[in-house]
Amino acid sequence: MKFTILVLLSALIVCATPHAVALDRAAVEKLALGDGEERLEAIAALITEGDARAVEVLDALASGDLQVAGKRVLIVKGGSAVDAVTGEKLAALPAEREDVVANNRLRNAAQGAVATLQLVSPDRAQRFAAAKALSASADASALPLVKKALEKEGDTDIRALLAQIAATLELKAGDAKTRLSAVRTLGTSGGGNAKPLLLSVLEDETDPDVKLEAKHSLKQIDKRLAWGQRAGLLFAGVSLGSILLLAALGLAITYGLMGVINMAHGELIMIGAYATFVVQNLFKAHMPSVFDWYLLCAVPVAFAVAALVGMVLERTVIRWLYGRPLETLLATWGISLVLIQAVRTIFGAQNVQVENPAFMSGGIEIMSGVVLPWSRIVIVSFAGAVLAGVWLLLTRTRLGLFIRGVTQNRGMASCVGVPTARVDTLAFGLGSGIAGLAGCALSQIGNVGPDLGQSYIVDSFMVVVLGGVGQLAGTVYAALGLGFANKLLESWAGAVLAKIAVLVFIIVFIQKRPQGMFALKGRSVET
Amino acid sequence: MSGPLTSTFTLLYGARGWSALAAAGCVLFVAFPMLNLLAPADSVLQLSAYWVTLIGKIMCYAIVAVAMDLIWGYCGILSLGHGLFFALGGYGMGMYLMRQIGRDGQYRAELPDFMVFLDWKELPWHWWNSDSFAWALLLAVAVPGLLAYVFGYFAFRSRIKGVYFSIITQALTFAAMLLFFRNETGFGGNNGFTDFKRILGFPITTPQTRMVLFTLTGAVLIATLLLGRYLVTSKFGRVLAAIRDAEQRVMFCGYNTLHYKLFIWTLSAVLCGIAGALYVTQVGIINPGEMSPANSIEIAIWVAVGGRGTLAGAIAGAGVVNGAKSFFTQVFPEYWLYVLGMMFILVTLFMPQGIVGLLNKSRSGK
Amino acid sequence: MTAWMWPPPVEIPERHRRKAMDDAASSYGRVLKPGQLDTSHGVVLYLDNICVSFDGFKALNNLSLSIDVGELRCVIGPNGAGKTTMMDVITGKTRADSGTAFFGQTIDLKQYSEVEIAQAGIGRKFQKPTIFEQHTVFENLELSMKADKRVRKTLFARLSSAERDRIAEMLTLVRLTDSADRLAGLLSHGQKQWLEIGMLLMQEPRLLLLDEPVAGMSDDETERTAELFLTLAGKHSLVVVEHDMAFVDKIARKVTVLHEGSVLAEGAMNEVQNDPRVIEVYLGR
Repeated sequence: MKFTILVLLSALIVCATPHAVALDRAAVEKLALGDGEERLEAIAALITEGDARAVEVLDALASGDLQVAGKRVLIVKGGSAVDAVTGEKLAALPAEREDVVANNRLRNAAQGAVATLQLVSPDRAQRFAAAKALSASADASALPLVKKALEKEGDTDIRALLAQIAATLELKAGDAKTRLSAVRTLGTSGGGNAKPLLLSVLEDETDPDVKLEAKHSLKQIDKRLAWGQRAGLLFAGVSLGSILLLAALGLAITYGLMGVINMAHGELIMIGAYATFVVQNLFKAHMPSVFDWYLLCAVPVAFAVAALVGMVLERTVIRWLYGRPLETLLATWGISLVLIQAVRTIFGAQNVQVENPAFMSGGIEIMSGVVLPWSRIVIVSFAGAVLAGVWLLLTRTRLGLFIRGVTQNRGMASCVGVPTARVDTLAFGLGSGIAGLAGCALSQIGNVGPDLGQSYIVDSFMVVVLGGVGQLAGTVYAALGLGFANKLLESWAGAVLAKIAVLVFIIVFIQKRPQGMFALKGRSVET
Repeated sequence: MSGPLTSTFTLLYGARGWSALAAAGCVLFVAFPMLNLLAPADSVLQLSAYWVTLIGKIMCYAIVAVAMDLIWGYCGILSLGHGLFFALGGYGMGMYLMRQIGRDGQYRAELPDFMVFLDWKELPWHWWNSDSFAWALLLAVAVPGLLAYVFGYFAFRSRIKGVYFSIITQALTFAAMLLFFRNETGFGGNNGFTDFKRILGFPITTPQTRMVLFTLTGAVLIATLLLGRYLVTSKFGRVLAAIRDAEQRVMFCGYNTLHYKLFIWTLSAVLCGIAGALYVTQVGIINPGEMSPANSIEIAIWVAVGGRGTLAGAIAGAGVVNGAKSFFTQVFPEYWLYVLGMMFILVTLFMPQGIVGLLNKSRSGK
Repeated sequence: MTAWMWPPPVEIPERHRRKAMDDAASSYGRVLKPGQLDTSHGVVLYLDNICVSFDGFKALNNLSLSIDVGELRCVIGPNGAGKTTMMDVITGKTRADSGTAFFGQTIDLKQYSEVEIAQAGIGRKFQKPTIFEQHTVFENLELSMKADKRVRKTLFARLSSAERDRIAEMLTLVRLTDSADRLAGLLSHGQKQWLEIGMLLMQEPRLLLLDEPVAGMSDDETERTAELFLTLAGKHSLVVVEHDMAFVDKIARKVTVLHEGSVLAEGAMNEVQNDPRVIEVYLGR
C-alpha cells in the first residue's frame, strides 16, 4: 500500500518536472553496479542532491525497473528506456541488458530515500503524503533530512508529523537528553502508532527520567485517543441516527399523520434502492463519462418510483381499510411479501452491486485514527436536506396544509372543500417517496437485496412510536437518540446485545409513556 | 358438582358438532394409525411417514391458531409475538431431546454437540435439570406463560392497545430472535437444536413413536378446541368479546379488564408453548427462525383465512394455509410468496369472516 | 398452572382503603366494611375545589358540587363548560390536578381506578351510547348485572333463576322484551339509549351519571325517559347532563349551571332561568 502510494507520487513528480537535470554519474553507477555498502552510500549521496531525477532513479530501483546495458544505467518501463543519469530517452532498447538486483534492505532504503526526498517537494500534498509514508517506515539515516525539512516546513500539520517522526528516530539515540525530549514530543503530538514505541521505551529504557516521562506521555496519548474515539462514536451515532431518520421519516407521515400502519414501508425503501441500481446500470451502459453523477439522477427517480408504487397501493388496497388498523397491518404485510417476491423474480434473489461515485469514497481525517467516510457525511447531510424539505412541505405549502387538516379532522376538512381522497393518495405517495429516498441513500452504504426492507421495518416503527405519533420533531429526536444509544451500547456490549437492549428499552418506555415522548394531552387523545 | 359440569360439557356443541368431532376423532385415532402402521408398504392406502409428520405439524399449527383466535378473534388483541411463545415451548422440549442424544452425537461427548464445538466444559445454568422429561414439560408451559404474564401485565396495565400492542409484541419477538441467534445464549445459535435420537428412551424416528406423538397431538388439539369452546361460550367469553367491542363500557360495568386480558393472553401463550413442544418432537428441529416476525404474522393469516371468532375456522385456516404452503413450496416454490401475500390482501379486503363466513353466507343464501 | 398466579398483584390501594376506614371508624365510632358506602350525612357525592387542566387549558376551575342521597340533579351549561370532564373526574377516567372528590363520607375517588369506582356504585352513561353491539340485548344486561366480576368467578358463572327474573324485569322496564335475543347493534338509536340505561340499572348503582340521555330520542321516548328518571330518583341519586331544556324542565328539581369549569349558578329551574349571569352565558353578551 505504502509502496504504491510512493510510486504514484513519484510518477506525479516525473510528470510535473519535464526538464531533466543530469545526476552525479558516479553515484548512479555505484548504485547500479557497486557492492552492498557502496550502494547504500550511493543512495545517501543521491538524497543530498534532493532532486526529482534522483527520486525517479531510486523509485526505479525499488520497483525493479533499473537495468544496465554495459556501463550505462537505464530505467526501463513498458518497452522504452530512459538514461538514468541524463534523463534522455533512448531511441531503441539496447539488446543486452541486465536487471539491477536489489535486496530487501536496499529496496527499503531506496523507498525511504524517495519519501525523504519528497519531504522538500514544493507541493504540500506531496510533502504531507511523504511525511505520512515516512512515519511508518523511516530509519535513522533519514533523520538529518527530516530535521532539515522540519526547519523549512511552514505547514503546521506536516510540522507535527515531522516532529513526531524525528522524535521516533531520536528515541534510539545514545544521548539520554535527546531521548527525553523525543519522548516528550511524542507525548504532545504522537498518535496511536506512537504507543508501542513508548511501551518499548518503558521496557528497555535505563534512564529513570526518560522512563517517567514516557509514562506521562503514554497517558497523554491515551487521553487523546479516548477523545478521538468519542468523536468517532458521536459521528457513528449521528450517522446511524440519520439513517434511521430517513427510514422512519416516510413512516412518520403515513403512520404518524395518516394513521396507516404500512408494513410494506421497508419494501418501498427496497424499491428506492433498486431504482438507484437501475439508474446506475443505465449510466454505466450509456453515459460512462458522467457515471459519477448518476446519484443526482437516481434521487428523483427513486422518489418517483417509490411514490408511484405507494399511490397505486393506496388506491387499490389501503384506501378500503382506513379506520381498521389491524387489517391494514395484515394487508400491507401481504403487499410486502408480494413486492419482495416480485423483486426476486425480476432482479434475482442475490444482492446486487451499487457502486459509490468516486467523490463518495475515502473520507476526511479529523484526528489521527478518526476518519469520517464521505459516504456517511453525504448521507447525514442528505437526511438533513430531506427533513428540511418535508418540514417545508408540511408547513409552508397548500398540500401540507391539506394533509394536516385532513389528519386533524377529516370530516371538517372535507366540508370546507378539501379533496380528502386525493390528499390521502398524495400524502401516502409522499411518505412512500421519502422511503424511496431512504432506499437510494441506503444503497450507498449497504447491501441491496430483496430483504433490504425487512431489516428496517421494525426499527422504523420503533422510531415513530418512540417519537410520538403525529410528531415530526419527535421522530427526529427519537431517530438520533436511538442512533446514539445503539452505538454507545454497541461499544460496550457488541452489536446484537445493543440492539436487544434498545428494543427492550423501547418496550419498557412505551409502557411508561404509551403516547411516545411528545404526547398530546387532553380529551382528544382517547377518542 | 359432576352433574352441572357434565351438562355444561355436553352443551358445548350441538348434535352435529359432536358428531363431526367424533368423526374427526375416529380418523385421527383409528384410521390414520391403522393406515400408517398396518397397511402394507406398497399399498395405495399406506399413509407414509411424510404425511404423518405433515399432518402432525399442521395439527400443532392448528393449536396455535386456536390460541391466536382466542386472543385476537375474541378479545381483539392482535399479537405478533405468538411465534415466540411457540418457539419457547419448542426450545423447552428441545433441551430435553438434546440431552437424550447422550453420547451419540458427533463428538461422542456428554454435552450437546454445539457446546463441545464452542469449547464449553459444563452445562450453562439454564440447562439445569434438562435431562428430566417432567422438567421439560414444565419449561415448555411455564416459560411462555411467565413471559406472557409479565409482558402482558405491564402492557395491559399501561393500556397499550391495538396496533401499538401489535408492534411491541413484534419488537419483543425480534429481540428474542436476535438473542437466540447468538451462540453465547446457549441454545445452539443459528442451527438451534436438531438430530434428536430418543424421547423417554424410545428411538424418536420409528413409526410407532411417531404415531404415538401424532395421536397425542391430535388429542391435545381436540382438548384445546373443547377448552376454547368452553371459554368462549361462558360468561367469561362474553366479557372478552365485550372488551373487544367496547372496553370502556366493560370497565364502567365494574370488570377489571386487565385481569381478563391477562388471563386469556397468558393462556394463549401457554397453548402455543404446548404446541411448540409437540412440534419439535415430530419435526425434529427448532431454530431461531421460528421467532422471526414473519412467522408470527403468518399465524394471524391462518386465523383470518379460516374465520376470526370461530374456533373451527381457526383450525380450518391453519390447515388450508399450511397445506397450500407445503404444496407450493414443493411444486412452485417461487410462487408461494405471491400466494401468501395475495392471501393477506384478499382476505382482509374481501373475506373479513374468512372461509367460515363464506360457508355461512352460501348456506343462508340457499 | 395459572392458578397460583391468580389473581395477579394489582394496584388496589389497600393501604388507602384501610386508612379511610380507620378514619371513618374513629370519627363516627362505627365500623364500616372496606368499600362500603357511608351516606350518614345524607350526601352521596362531594366535589370540592376540583381543578383539571389540559396543556394550560383549565377544563375545570375550582369546581365544587354536592349531591344528596336520592336527589335528581340536572347539570346544564354551554359547550366546553366542563360537564363531561366533571364526569370523567368522578368516574376516575381523568385525574384531578387538585381538590377533593368523595363518594359518600369515606371513599376518596381520587385514589381509585375506574373499575373500583364502578364497583363502589357509580354508574355512567356516555354521551354516545356504548353498548356491546355484537351481543344480544339479553347478554348486554347479563354482563352488566351486579355480580362478582372477578375472572375466577366469571369463568364458572351460571345464571340463577332469580337473576333471569331480574333481567326479565329490566327488559320490561326499558321496553326491550321483544328484542331480547336481537343483537344490540341492530337496535334503533333511542333503544340503544334505553338499553344503556338498563345496563346501568342492572349494576344497582347508588349514583347514576347520565350524559345526554335523550339525545336522538323521539318525543315519545323522551317523555317516557323523563317518567323513568322520576321513578328512579329517591331509590338512586342521579346526575343528568342535558342540553334539551324542555326535558330538563320536566324532571328538574335542582339545576346546576356550569360555565368555564366552575359552578355559575345553582337552584330551581325558574330561578336559574331568570339569573342574569346565566342568560348572559347562554345568549352571549
